[in-house]
Amino acid sequence: MDNLELKKKANAVRKGIVTAVHGAKAGHPGGSLSAADMFTFLYFEEMNIDPKDPKKPDRDRFVLSKGHTAPGLYSALANRGYFPVEDLPTLRHLGSYLQGHPCMQETPGVDMSSGSLGQGISAAVGMALAAKLDNKDYRVYTLLGDGEIQEGQVWEASMFAGARGLDNLVVIVDNNGLQIDGKIEDVCSPYPIDKKFEAFNFHVINIDGHDFDAIRAAFAEAKSTKGMPTAIIMKTVKGKGVSYMENSAGWHGKAPNDEEYAVAMKDLEEIDKQLA
Amino acid sequence: MSDIKKIATRESYGNALVECAEDFPDLVVLDADLAGATKTGTFKKAYPDRHIDCGIAECNMTGIAAGLATCGKIPFISSFAMFAAGRNFEQVRNSIGYPHLNVKIGATHAGITVGEDGATHQCNEDIALMRTIPGMTVIVPSDDVEARAAVRAALEYNGPVYLRFGRAAVPVINDKPGYKFEIGKGVKLTEGTDVTIVATGICVDSALNAAELLKADGISAEVINIHTIKPIDKDIILESAKKTGKVVTVEEHSVIGGLGSAVCDVLSENLPTPVKKIGVQDVFGESGSAGELVKKFGLDGESVYKAVKEFV
Repeated sequence: MDNLELKKKANAVRKGIVTAVHGAKAGHPGGSLSAADMFTFLYFEEMNIDPKDPKKPDRDRFVLSKGHTAPGLYSALANRGYFPVEDLPTLRHLGSYLQGHPCMQETPGVDMSSGSLGQGISAAVGMALAAKLDNKDYRVYTLLGDGEIQEGQVWEASMFAGARGLDNLVVIVDNNGLQIDGKIEDVCSPYPIDKKFEAFNFHVINIDGHDFDAIRAAFAEAKSTKGMPTAIIMKTVKGKGVSYMENSAGWHGKAPNDEEYAVAMKDLEEIDKQLA
Repeated sequence: MSDIKKIATRESYGNALVECAEDFPDLVVLDADLAGATKTGTFKKAYPDRHIDCGIAECNMTGIAAGLATCGKIPFISSFAMFAAGRNFEQVRNSIGYPHLNVKIGATHAGITVGEDGATHQCNEDIALMRTIPGMTVIVPSDDVEARAAVRAALEYNGPVYLRFGRAAVPVINDKPGYKFEIGKGVKLTEGTDVTIVATGICVDSALNAAELLKADGISAEVINIHTIKPIDKDIILESAKKTGKVVTVEEHSVIGGLGSAVCDVLSENLPTPVKKIGVQDVFGESGSAGELVKKFGLDGESVYKAVKEFV
């Protein structure tokens, strides 16, 4: 898929995110939008997956360690054909298969239940280890928030992955710079993020998380890296694509009302026009 | 007494893992730098490629096990109960319990018989914690025979299981013909009419000893071994309570949330019956030998005998 097509898909994913969160009247749009390009690349380009056979044994795996950005994952899965896009507004509704945080038993395509920060990366490490134990060549991807890496378990998992040289594992950190209480460096700075992963024996790649050439190159580099896991630290804009949500910690976990939803969709339709 | 065979259930656990290895090729064993103490080292020696030492990071070990389970492995994770259930509670709940993954937790060094290490390592809360997790099976074997049977049964069952093992050597009491272990099925060890003694883990032996002493006083005690705290065998408890009208529970665990509470849940809803809960009475443990501590906390046969006699 070329970059233009990816951009169009990513915009569709963003519309799905905003629509899902609006429908839920709650949820986390900011970090879903910052990672929308990454979700898109993973599900439309990078991963060996089949929406018709979500549990294919040798598929690549994805664990959304920053599980609160489930709207981003759900929108990517829906747009990829795992379930109808029309179901996205049922997010967080009683009886919906789109739970507030990912539930592997409910939602087709979700490889691991997650949401309690710091735990998803460990599960991803376990999956990567399983592939090594069974001599399988599937790869495992996990997405973490930059606030999430304040959790100690992230570093337990990273120490293990680095020590075992799990080169089938890619840890992606969404460095949008904001967490609930404000800027990550003001709350409890995790910087320098790249140096930390280097110290845990990762191959580290810093990229712009909205540049598909950079994302593509980073995954190619990760694949050719042997004997150590890769960490992709991607600089992103929280709320990317929706004018009033961009770079605003206030939109970490808040749903747009009807007027705000209309503005958001107009912003995204404007992007569609530019891409047409 | 000296001719009675004694073995710690953690030893049985390590041996059982080896015994089951060929029958369960997906079995992998994870430890957190305690392989020598939890006895998964026995498995490591026999199957080094299927033993993964995660270092001193129990929460990560739990998540790794969850990931392995999603890929078809049957991981047994091991640490002391204090860490396997205590430090790990939320990881077990969210990464294993919520997705109902096929992970087994082999928790050793449970209860006060950890002994000399003292209160920080004597976990008297793990049964309470684990049995609140929806879908979690909780098993507390009473001896070597039962511990080995429980490990195999846990492997045959698809879903999360918490198994509680002890550090100290305990008498073998189930080496009888016809012994059969079934998850969720209590075992009546003695018939009685005056009082029911429901015990679990190493306290089953104490209950049997107490029953002998009570017999000499003309008190007929029915001893029931509840090796599976969850799902609990309601029928065996209700049937016995109906007959005796008095129930005593005995466990090497806090009286809050453990076997005693589970038995009270069953009785209060179905057949309100007076219950005496023998266990750790909402206090922390302390350093000492296992034998000394069992006496101090009133869990030996003599202490149980006295408490039951007073209650009856």
